[in-house]
Amino acid sequence: MKTSFILSASESIRDAILDHESELESLDRAIGDGDHYINMKRGANTIVEIRAELESLTPDAALNKIGMKLLSTIGGASGPLLASFFMSMGKILKENADDSVPSYAAAFVAGVEAIQQRGKAGLGEKTMLDVLIPVAQQFSTLATSNTNIKDICTALMHTAEQGMLSTKALIATKGRAAGLGERAIGHIDPGAKSCQLMIEAVCKQVLLIQN
Amino acid sequence: MKKFINKIDDILVESLSGFAGAHHDLVKLSLDPNFLTRQQKAIKKVAIISGGGSGHEPLHAGYIGYGMLDAACPGHVFTSPTPDQMLAAAEEVHADKGILFIVKNYAGDVMNFEMAAEMLPFESATVLTSDDCAVINSTYTTGRRGVAGTVIVEKCVGSLAETGATLQACKALGDKVNGLTASMGIALTSCTVPAAGRPTFDIEDNEIEMGVGIHGEPGRKREVMREADAIVQEVVSAILDALKPSPNSEALLLINGFGATPLMELYIIYNTAAKLFNHHGINITRSLVGNYTTALDMAGASITLCLLDDEIKQHWDSPVHTAALRWGV
Repeated sequence: MKTSFILSASESIRDAILDHESELESLDRAIGDGDHYINMKRGANTIVEIRAELESLTPDAALNKIGMKLLSTIGGASGPLLASFFMSMGKILKENADDSVPSYAAAFVAGVEAIQQRGKAGLGEKTMLDVLIPVAQQFSTLATSNTNIKDICTALMHTAEQGMLSTKALIATKGRAAGLGERAIGHIDPGAKSCQLMIEAVCKQVLLIQN
Repeated sequence: MKKFINKIDDILVESLSGFAGAHHDLVKLSLDPNFLTRQQKAIKKVAIISGGGSGHEPLHAGYIGYGMLDAACPGHVFTSPTPDQMLAAAEEVHADKGILFIVKNYAGDVMNFEMAAEMLPFESATVLTSDDCAVINSTYTTGRRGVAGTVIVEKCVGSLAETGATLQACKALGDKVNGLTASMGIALTSCTVPAAGRPTFDIEDNEIEMGVGIHGEPGRKREVMREADAIVQEVVSAILDALKPSPNSEALLLINGFGATPLMELYIIYNTAAKLFNHHGINITRSLVGNYTTALDMAGASITLCLLDDEIKQHWDSPVHTAALRWGV
């Protein structure tokens, strides 16, 4: 993976967030406090804006920089969680310097573990982790089984979508929606939705390059 | 949306600049990262720093000054501030006795302050406020939210810190006051986050949201609008259930407006709530009525009861000189 991929993936993520403004807003209005889209947009735009700064960095340093920048830009719960994800990913990539799919999978898994630790949350709590944990598990399995990168991306997009949809039936035990009790049932978690969008954007970017 | 706004992106800085200008005798504003401190830096005391999303004014910047906070870190509207703000504020106000963060118990605030504390080069402790008793189910591990009771915690801890007390003692008093305080809010209308441009939640003319949070996030349940006494009765019962005060308790009663409810109505709420608490053997010896922890332009109010002992009374009554609370000086 090259830093140029991180840059183009960041742009795809920004576009995906902007394209889903009304959907993210209405999900957050239903069970949150209406600021999720605004914060995600601010974060996504900022990363695209610091493109020049990122360009000269190695991939691990670029991911760490993205984490630091998100930490001081997004705020809310998403800020520290996404920052922890990118900073941990950068750290693992630095340690495993080889440019291989298993390395990326290990970095992704470490990123998701960092989110779990920071958010003190797990599977089934109606959060972004309902997307990230299954995707991390699958990525890890496929990366070590010689599956080609296109098939991995297709599978991960499907798993992310399933995870996102699974939050609809859940009661929230973490985050702003936790006060809602059963009233949260029937609504997709906005954080799960934005994570699914980001994973889809990155996977599509990989597929674009591969084709 | 009809608001006094120039450009959406400028509201935070313009509002902070106006606040700092209006209260230049008390506070100083630093931008990028954004934080406010006392005009006169305190020495040899625990530095008390709070912060949270904007839109709850006068919380927290309105409580900077003698007897209360040393600094406040405002985030975007309803969004937690970021660790760089806390670090910069701590650097400015630390006075050799450590930093105490007072943080409302919301996932975002908790995580951002936690990361700041991890990066801080000074000793620190954190008081998490969680006075909102609206969320009934205790299996919700996020726990109770921090709302208007935070003002009482900030006042008492700020008072103790002025005496030169240790970080541990300040944290212990903060935790104690928080544990003796319970609040619950009622929304009559939604608020409108400027950047969103429309009401956060839909509510009919004849409906109220019982147990609403200070961001317009839903609470216990949607109910039909009734006369004030019936609504207050329900909130008072919830607070009594949460605190289980012994008869002949002494208490502070705070009636807090959410931003768009007239004082006239807040006093109607006070009138009923005080009578009901008295009826349950609680002697209301301290009171505060007004807009102290708002939710932008939401119509509604919260009721907070804080049980008093001699220590809490002493620190509530002690002199304070801030933009929003001032007595004894």
